[in-house]
Amino acid sequence: MSTNVPNPAKTGTASSLWGLAILPVLLLGAVLAYLVATGGGLKGLSGLPVEQLNIGRITLPERGVITMQVVNDSPQTMTIPQVMVDDAFWNFTADPPGPIPRLGSTTITIPYPWVEGEAHSITLLSTLGATFTATIPVATLTPQLSGSLFARFGLVGLYVGLVPVLLGMLWYPWMRRLSGRAMNFILSLTVGLLVYLAIGTWLDAQEFAVGLPAFWQGTPAITLIAVLTVGVLLAISGKRNADEQPLGLSYRIATGIGLHNLGEGLAIGAAFAMGEGALGTFLILGFTLHNITEGIGIVAPLVKRNPGLKQFFLLALIAGGPAILGTWIGGFAFNPVLSTVFLAIGLGAIVQVVWEVGQLVVRNTARLGLPVAGWSNFGGFTAGVALMYFTAFMVKF
Amino acid sequence: MSRWLQSLLSRRDVLRAGAGSAAALVGAQAVGQVPPAAAMDHTKMPPPATSPKGHGEHGGNLLVGTVDHVRNGFDPMQLLTDWDGGKVSRLPNGQTLRDYTITAQEKEIEIAPGVFFPAWTYNGRVPGPTLRCTEGDRLRITFFNHTSHPHTIHFHGVHAAEMDGVPGAGPGEIQPGASFVYEFDAEPFGCHLYHCHATSLKRHIHKGMYGAFIVDPRGGRPPAREFMMLQNAFDTNFDGANEIYAVNTVGFEFARRPIPVKKGELIRLYLINILEFDLINGFHLHANFFNYYDTGTTLEPTSRIVDTITQGQGQRGILEFRYRFTGQFMFHPHISEFTELGWMGLFNVVESANYAAALKDAGLDAAWDRRATQGSTVKGQGA
Ligand SMILES: [Cu+2]
Repeated sequence: MSTNVPNPAKTGTASSLWGLAILPVLLLGAVLAYLVATGGGLKGLSGLPVEQLNIGRITLPERGVITMQVVNDSPQTMTIPQVMVDDAFWNFTADPPGPIPRLGSTTITIPYPWVEGEAHSITLLSTLGATFTATIPVATLTPQLSGSLFARFGLVGLYVGLVPVLLGMLWYPWMRRLSGRAMNFILSLTVGLLVYLAIGTWLDAQEFAVGLPAFWQGTPAITLIAVLTVGVLLAISGKRNADEQPLGLSYRIATGIGLHNLGEGLAIGAAFAMGEGALGTFLILGFTLHNITEGIGIVAPLVKRNPGLKQFFLLALIAGGPAILGTWIGGFAFNPVLSTVFLAIGLGAIVQVVWEVGQLVVRNTARLGLPVAGWSNFGGFTAGVALMYFTAFMVKF
Repeated sequence: MSRWLQSLLSRRDVLRAGAGSAAALVGAQAVGQVPPAAAMDHTKMPPPATSPKGHGEHGGNLLVGTVDHVRNGFDPMQLLTDWDGGKVSRLPNGQTLRDYTITAQEKEIEIAPGVFFPAWTYNGRVPGPTLRCTEGDRLRITFFNHTSHPHTIHFHGVHAAEMDGVPGAGPGEIQPGASFVYEFDAEPFGCHLYHCHATSLKRHIHKGMYGAFIVDPRGGRPPAREFMMLQNAFDTNFDGANEIYAVNTVGFEFARRPIPVKKGELIRLYLINILEFDLINGFHLHANFFNYYDTGTTLEPTSRIVDTITQGQGQRGILEFRYRFTGQFMFHPHISEFTELGWMGLFNVVESANYAAALKDAGLDAAWDRRATQGSTVKGQGA
């Protein structure tokens, strides 16, 4: 074999290299243009039009008015010529009016004398006669942004998020006096409660995702965002030096819990906005009880070094504060796409800290000379899951 | 604290009443959105919503826009008076022969503004032609099937088995591209109907294959302004329940364009119920009472001075009444659901002197008026 055969990759100029890279793109363009222009000989396969419509947020901005957001989720343009409310054809306006392009949206406003505290159903009738129905479970004025309501929603978020986290942290002095073995139990308990929160966050994200237009591909999106979040957080944690690990770990637990609480706040706020606020004083009590263990989880890695009050307060704010933010967003500016994304990130964050606290448990158990899957760890894990499971009885209907 | 406990206890009673709404009530109270009594005590409910903005004359209960009757090829208003006497000739025995041609066609029709329905039709319209004859006439109906499905015509009336238009009798279902001649004598007199009886029956009827079949008594009925009203409905999403209800196919058409009539004149309605998926339909006249002739097979009313009648699937009748006052008067079934889904209209009652103007308002001409008042003389066309 001759040694002076030129290697094309090395001898080619930069411009020919680009040419080679762009060629498939150009050819693809030609194929797509051919398909669009001629149908590619597939015309007979095109079949009948399919109409899909996603009904988004329904609001009752004032007495006698219903508004709803709709997104055209079908492969082609569609029109909504008629609207029924409670099985009666009703006057309405659409903004923008006329045909809705694929992935396009419009706001439908219906002057309808809805009844406070009662249920209503709205059916949109398409040109082809397909029907798309949504319900208002309990009609009530959609909260309008006002100072006092803003404050009250903030208070709900405070009770549900910040207060229980802070209360949970009050176990810190007691936890510092525990033996290594008991501390290990608490860390296992933290893993248990985080696993419960991960499952809960996953289910909440799913609930928001099913309401999304199909093109968002909610379920794969949640999984991918969660996996990416885990990856990013693992990459960050890999860079840290071992010395700051306990506080860093606490911050990451707080962040994961914070995003979970943001989701909880979103759900509460959105429920109020839709007249379904299944969260009165009674339920706020339930949430407070349910979330108190979150404080234990956050401070558990810190028993060997006291980082000071300021850090504790910051941690509590990161973990509990988002519940306040979530309630505001859910109540005044609910967006199911962003909610799904936030919850997916929260899921990833929680999974990542489960991994990290899990490793901590493994290291501590090894140091104590105990089996990793021993009764102490397993008991702690079970206690954590059970605490979350049974306190959730208060808030499930 | 004790006050709070008390309120908690009273809320527990609420919770027992119904988890969903009660929970919402509790929640709403927590943020002070709703007065606590609102959902429970109706006497303390906030005042009902004032009339909504931008609605029509019927409180917003309407179809938005108008139907293109020209594109459809038929207008519900014209169908009211569109009697079809057929091609009239005389048989050697002196009997009147009426020849009709009815063609089954597939056609997309607009049943509400912007809403299209893939109908199966007789002569491209829903309902099909209003066949009108006199008792004893010989009817010869040549039926062509220009669709991709087998169809028939089943006439209510008295006839031979092979003319019944049902599968297994005579030619049975008429195949695509085939034809058949239905021939029989018109009897008894009355307000009848015809429809396809191919299987599956429900689908063939509700897709639009039906029409009015009116047999006048030999001696005729008293002169009157006559209208054919066929109560139908459409299941637009094929889920076995109707979305749109109407008289003569287009929902709210006679609410949008009230039917002009004169004060004091006798009005006669040929009312037919061809509803699918709902068991009954009906008719209620506002500010008036009427005499009712069940199936139209008698010359004496079967119900006198009633203002509401009920018709099951396939039932028909004739209504006679006069208006004592001018103004716009509603008619609709006393089935609220159907009323709000399109089956509602108005009579525009005017003094004779104002009738020409009322016709013009509704976009109608003298020919429509003539057909409305000479319906019972159709028999004169050959007899
Ligand atoms: Cu048929």
